Amino acid sequence: MNSLILRTIAPVLVSLMVLFSIFVLLRGHNEPGGGFIGGLIAVAALSIYGIAFGVGAVRRALRFHPATIAGAGLMLATLSGLVSALFGAPFMTGLWVTPVIFGTEIPLATVMSFDIGVYLVVVGAIGAVALSLEEEEDDA
Amino acid sequence: MPATSLTFFVLLSPFIAAALAPLATRLLGHRAAWLLALVPAGIFLHFTRFSADVAGGGTTAEGYDWIPSLGLRFSWLIDGLSLTFALMISGIGTLIVLYAGGYLKGHAQQGRFFAYILLFMGSMLGVVVSDSLFSLFVYWELTSITSFLLIGFEHERTAARRAAFQALVVTGGGGLSLLAGLLMIWNITGIADLSGLLASGETLRSAPLYPVILVLILGGAFTKSAQFPFHFWLPNAMEAPTPVSAYLHSATMVKAGVYLVMRLFPVMGGTVLWETILPLFGGVTLVFGAVLAVRHVDLKMMLAYTTMASLGLLVMLTGLGSERAIDAAVLYLVAHALFKGALFMVAGIIDHETGTRNLTKLAGLARAMPLTFAIAMVAALSMGGLPPFLGFVAKEEIYAALTAGDSALMLACAAAVLGNALMFAVAFAVALKPFVGPVLPSPQRGEGGSKSRMRGTAGSEQVATPPHPPSGHLLPVGEKGEPHDPPVLLWLGPALMALGGLLTALFAPAFHAAISSPMASAVAGETHVIDLLPVPHWSLPLALSLVTIAIGVGFYLVLARIRAGVAKGLDILGWGPDRGFDQAIAGLVRFSVGVTRRLQPGRLDSYMTVTFVLLALVLLVPPAVYGEFARAPLFPAHIPWHELAIILLAVIGLPAVVLAKNRLTAIVSLGIQGFAVAMIFLLYGAPDLAFTQFMVETLSVVILTLVMTRLRLSPSDRRPLSQVLPDAAIAIACGLGMMLFLMKVTEAPFDSSLSDFFERFSKPLAHGGNIVNVIIVDFRGTDTLGEIAVVMVAALSILSLIRVRAGALRRPDDPAETDGGRR
Repeated sequence: MNSLILRTIAPVLVSLMVLFSIFVLLRGHNEPGGGFIGGLIAVAALSIYGIAFGVGAVRRALRFHPATIAGAGLMLATLSGLVSALFGAPFMTGLWVTPVIFGTEIPLATVMSFDIGVYLVVVGAIGAVALSLEEEEDDA
Repeated sequence: MPATSLTFFVLLSPFIAAALAPLATRLLGHRAAWLLALVPAGIFLHFTRFSADVAGGGTTAEGYDWIPSLGLRFSWLIDGLSLTFALMISGIGTLIVLYAGGYLKGHAQQGRFFAYILLFMGSMLGVVVSDSLFSLFVYWELTSITSFLLIGFEHERTAARRAAFQALVVTGGGGLSLLAGLLMIWNITGIADLSGLLASGETLRSAPLYPVILVLILGGAFTKSAQFPFHFWLPNAMEAPTPVSAYLHSATMVKAGVYLVMRLFPVMGGTVLWETILPLFGGVTLVFGAVLAVRHVDLKMMLAYTTMASLGLLVMLTGLGSERAIDAAVLYLVAHALFKGALFMVAGIIDHETGTRNLTKLAGLARAMPLTFAIAMVAALSMGGLPPFLGFVAKEEIYAALTAGDSALMLACAAAVLGNALMFAVAFAVALKPFVGPVLPSPQRGEGGSKSRMRGTAGSEQVATPPHPPSGHLLPVGEKGEPHDPPVLLWLGPALMALGGLLTALFAPAFHAAISSPMASAVAGETHVIDLLPVPHWSLPLALSLVTIAIGVGFYLVLARIRAGVAKGLDILGWGPDRGFDQAIAGLVRFSVGVTRRLQPGRLDSYMTVTFVLLALVLLVPPAVYGEFARAPLFPAHIPWHELAIILLAVIGLPAVVLAKNRLTAIVSLGIQGFAVAMIFLLYGAPDLAFTQFMVETLSVVILTLVMTRLRLSPSDRRPLSQVLPDAAIAIACGLGMMLFLMKVTEAPFDSSLSDFFERFSKPLAHGGNIVNVIIVDFRGTDTLGEIAVVMVAALSILSLIRVRAGALRRPDDPAETDGGRR
């Protein structure tokens, strides 16, 4: 789409949306949010970027093929479930550590990496479909 | 438990090594073989530490809980049977890795090959040491998959792809049968591990479903171990590079089926059914394989068919199940792994040096390749069953077992004599013929181009030269000149294995104490002591051995004539299971096409009609039949104005969708509906749901718009009234049904036990304040894992559908193609 307004605003909008999607992903455990929603926001951001600058630009910005990202996410989610095996706990048991970084307690958990996996799967899978559909449009 | 975790790590190590193999090969070239061979060598050493305990009759059963709620464990059982297999897999594996280092030297994909071989090794090791029935099954399937990858390694060739596919279909199908059998065992006995099962006595044999279980288990074992009539994939699997043939398709993987029947012998063997099916199929496979072996002139094909015959012999012996038959099977299994692996590698060396494996084009190599000749002879003497080799000991025991019984055994004995005589002839045809006689100009020296023609003899299809010569074929070291003895990487493996066949016999007492007696005891489920020495002493078995050798020499001398005769016989027969496989697959494809045409007419409107008519029926018919329609709802007396506004918004959206002139307008109007619903969620305290709904609505509008533009539909809806009316009726019926359904659901008092639970435990157990998210990622995390896997698979399917449609439009250098289809 050849719109000057969109092209001008898109980088700002897209970076804000991606940032927001990560924020939503990370706050998900205690406030509304989570991997699914975060992923969907990120895909929406990608779509806007694609509409403004073309699919090629999105693919270059992503570096990896979206399907690869989705695969990595699925693997991360699976591995997060497997970590508990090392501690003799059943598959998918959530494990927590709270290291103190610069005087702040940061709770980290396998459920968080699991949720990041969910996020990546959603970004990759829906993104792959959206991008290749947009691409067809370009070709036509 | 440091010992437990060490064994666990050892079982895991081939997979780790496989991940690192491509990198190692990139850095070190073919010399990476020396480094990678340390892994199987280490595994071998680890398992030798169990041998003293096992020789004393001990077993080790350890492991970890896998799915405690189902009572499943990831566990291993090390006794005489699994230890022998583990030592064979890791020991021969070490030699194969070294051999592959020399054989595929300079191959562009050598790193990948190492990775596949190591993956296979890890899987095979898992099959034989698994205690849990289900980890056994998982590993079993992994061997099928890695075998597929290895057979199809030279995937530019049609014949290799066909062979790989065929092997996967046959062994994978057998795997399903095995799974069904294992599940039935689990169901009947309630036992999910072998150690428990082996102690369960008569439970399985006396179960009413025993015949079904036996047939299902044998379905797995017979396909894997290439028993007639499932044998055809094995000769075709010779499309794989020779190290694979030596390792998977003679020494290890094809023995998995034999392992399985041996393993289950104490709990399933000894019945009339067992003693009928196994000897029958084994005997037919033995004779059939041996006869087919002489028909071929390709060294690998001859060896492949004798492997099939040997597997038949092993199954037959295990089926007979007498004490001596078990002992014979154990001895022959080890002897066979050693001599057949060595001979395969010799065939690979000959191919490597001369550029052909065609028996009629090979002669007089002894002068140029004395070392190879010596190795081949040592292996062939064991295969031919001559003293003082392990093959001789095994054959003595076989004949002792087959002459010790009633007249029914006579048939088995005759089959064994015929099969062994033919195998004797083949052994020397492979190990002697190419090395003696006048020197022939080998294709490599004479006609350079005929090399690729000689390859791929297995399949019927001959393939054009592959597009990338370096990755398609090995680079013969002898290209520069005359054939000569190969470098150490190539001869070390076959030499050690051939020597193994001699040393195990020379030091028979030690071998029996450490390997064969414990293994036979484990198979039989009672203590066996084997004390046979490789010294001929006059007896009936020796007489039969002599007869076998005499017939074998006779066969050897008239091999060409037998070959012609068998070929003629097969021509008359005309039709084998290999053709049958193609027919079956073609038939399946035709059937699927027919079904698909009928079920999938390719018209979106008929799909939608069927889907929504069914939905309406499901929603409306049951309440109508049972008279359970919802009561009229009570409207709340006071509705806040903002809720009314949102409902109004949703209602206004409705005619906007229906009346829109333009499809795009309709899609966007549908989005309004979705947003209105999301607002309602928000108002009623479900922010997560609302949030997701917002995003889904946004993306649906985007994606629907893209799809619509992509489909190049006319921009407006031009259905005639005669079609609009039924469509509208269906739509209204669906909507009405859904509404009634939801009203009915909300009529029942709300059961809050689940939400109470989550509310109470979300914070203390899962450290999360957002209950919805805690449910998704923690309480029901496994569900989520399944869901995201589905999302991923669905996306991949959509992608491939889009590509299929767009295939013709694509530019060759399209970035979207780079990581998928093209290799």
